[in-house]
Amino acid sequence: MPRSSPRVVRTPLAKSRTGIQGLDEVTGGGLPKGRVSLVCGNAGCGKSLLAMEFLVNGAIRYGEPGVCMNFEETEEKLIANVASLGFDLRELSKLKKLSIDYVSIERNQIAEAGEYNLDGLFIRLAHAVKTIKAKRVVLDSVQALFAGVGDSAILRSELQRLFRWLEDHKLTAIVTGEAGVHTLTRYGLEEYIADCVIALDHRVTDQISTRRLRIVKYRGTSHGTDEYPFLIDEDGISVVPITSLALTHIALTDRVSTGIPALDEMMEGKGFFRGSSVLVTGTAGTGKSSMAANFASAACARGELCLYFTFEESPSQILRNMRSVGLDLERWVKKGLLHFNAMRPTSTGLEGHLAAIHKMIVKLRPSLVIIDPITNLVSASGNYDVKSMLVRLVDFLKVEQVTSMFTNLTFAGDPQERTAATVSSLMDTWIVLRDSKPNGRPRRELYVLKSRGMAHSREARELIVSKKGLELGIVLKGHTLATKLDDPPAVAAAE
Amino acid sequence: MKISTGKKKSSAKKRAAKTSPSDFYILRLYIAGQTPNSVTAIANLKKICEDKLKGKYRIEVIDLLEKPQLAKGDQIIAIPTLVRRLPPPVKKIIGNLSKTESVIVGLDLQPVR
Repeated sequence: MPRSSPRVVRTPLAKSRTGIQGLDEVTGGGLPKGRVSLVCGNAGCGKSLLAMEFLVNGAIRYGEPGVCMNFEETEEKLIANVASLGFDLRELSKLKKLSIDYVSIERNQIAEAGEYNLDGLFIRLAHAVKTIKAKRVVLDSVQALFAGVGDSAILRSELQRLFRWLEDHKLTAIVTGEAGVHTLTRYGLEEYIADCVIALDHRVTDQISTRRLRIVKYRGTSHGTDEYPFLIDEDGISVVPITSLALTHIALTDRVSTGIPALDEMMEGKGFFRGSSVLVTGTAGTGKSSMAANFASAACARGELCLYFTFEESPSQILRNMRSVGLDLERWVKKGLLHFNAMRPTSTGLEGHLAAIHKMIVKLRPSLVIIDPITNLVSASGNYDVKSMLVRLVDFLKVEQVTSMFTNLTFAGDPQERTAATVSSLMDTWIVLRDSKPNGRPRRELYVLKSRGMAHSREARELIVSKKGLELGIVLKGHTLATKLDDPPAVAAAE
Repeated sequence: MKISTGKKKSSAKKRAAKTSPSDFYILRLYIAGQTPNSVTAIANLKKICEDKLKGKYRIEVIDLLEKPQLAKGDQIIAIPTLVRRLPPPVKKIIGNLSKTESVIVGLDLQPVR
C-alpha cells in the first residue's frame, strides 16, 4: 500500500462498500473491511435483504465474490426471493462469484451424545470461501443454530471462534440476528461483535409502517447516529441520509419567475430566489394547486425539469383541472419536463414518503419540486414528525439547489393553523391565499406574508383565476386583511 | 484418512441384504482430522456396534478435512457427527459418542437376541 500521502493517517479503517444507496454515505464508506458486522432487527425488517444486497453488489460491482450461509431459507427460495430484485443468483454461482450454502438444522433428527464442536460448519464455510476466493461472507441468521444445537455454552464459544476465524481470514462479513426483547438480538450476539452493529426497525404506528435504520456502533469511525428512514422497493434498499449537520448550503442569488407576472412584480419584479422554499397556504378552493401548477409550467417553459408530487389528486385529474384555468401541462409531460408522482398519503409513513421523494429527486435531478399538499402528510402523522421530516426534506432540497413549493390547506376559522406555524419557519417565502366576501361578492385574495432576502410587497391583491390563467387584480385596501393578518401569534413567532 | 470402513464384512453385508435389509446398519461417522473427539468417537462407535450389532453393520468414516465437499450432503455442522444411513429414517447423533445410552437410544438399536 502506498504510504506517501499523509492522508493515510486520516483513514484509519478500510471499508467495504455495500453498494446500497445511502448506507455507504451514512457509514462513511461501507462496512469495516475484514471485520464482522451485525445487522439485527425483528422479523421482516429487511436484514436478509440488506445482507444479500451487500453480497450481490460485492460480486457484481466490486469484484469481491461472496458466500452466503443461509440457516433459514433453502437455495431455491433464496434465489426466488432475490430474483424479484433483478439479481440472478444462479448465474452468479455459475460464474463462481457467489456461493450459497443452505444449512438445515432439524432438531428432532439430531441427538447429542458427548462432546462436539462446530468444525463441520467451519469446514463448509472454509470450503466455499476457498472455492470461489470469497472476500465477503453472510451468515443469515446464526441464531437458528441456537434452536438446533442444544448446548448453548458450546455454541457461544464456537460462534466466537467463528467470528474470529472470519477476521483471521480477512473476510468482510455480515451476521444477522433477530431482535430480542431487552437486548439488540435474542441471543445477545452483539456481545461478540465489536466493530459494527446496525439495527433495522419496522414500526407500525396508526396502521402505517415505517422502516428505519440506525448504526448502533461502528468502532473507529464517525457515523451518523440518527435513525434513517429506508425504503424497500423494486430496486432493493435505499437509505435516506438526510440531516446534514451544518447549515452550509449556498444561497443562490438568481431568481425564478413565479409564473404570474404581477406576483413577480410584488417580489422586486423578479420572483422567488432559485433554490428557495415556498409555502403556499390557503383555505379550500383558493387556488393553491393552480399556483403550484402555474409555477411548474413556467419552469417547464424555461426548459427546466419539474417534479410534481401529488398527495390528493391523480395526475390526470390535475391535467384536466389545470386545462380549465388555461394551463396546458400535458405538453410538458410529453416533452419529459414535467414528472408527476402520485402517492396516497396513507400508503406509507412520513419516513417512507421522505425516502421515496428523496429517491425520485436523486434519480431525476429536477430544478423544481412541488409537493401538493403537505396537509395530507400531516394526517399520516403528528405535527412534530411532519416538521422533522420537512426540515430534512427542505435541507436536502437546498443542498441540491432545488427550488421547492409546498402547498398547505388551511381551514376557515382555524387561524393560520398549526402546521403552517410549525413549518413556516423553514420556508423562505410564504404566500397566503384566502377568500373573502366583501359586499357579498366572493373573491380570492393573495399576499406575501414573508419572503426572506428581498423587499417584497406587503399589499394584498385579488387573485383572479380564469380560463386565461392566473392573474392578480387590484390592490386591496387592508380592511379585512389587517385583522386576520395579526391574529395568529404563531406567525410572529415563526418569523 | 480416506473413506475407510471400520469393519468391512462383505459376507455379513451380503447375508443381511439377502435376508432382511432393514436389519443392516450403515453408519457414517464424520470427523475432521485426528482430534481427541474424533479418535474417541471412532473407538466408542466400534465398541457399541460390536456389542449391539455384531455382523450387521458397516462403518464409514469420512474426514472432512480431506473431503470438505461431503459436509453439505448430510448437512454436517457439528464434529463428530454420526449419521445412520440405513435403516431409514436417517438419524443423526452429534458428539464423541461417550454417552453410550444416548447413542443406543439415538440409533434406535435393538438389543442382540
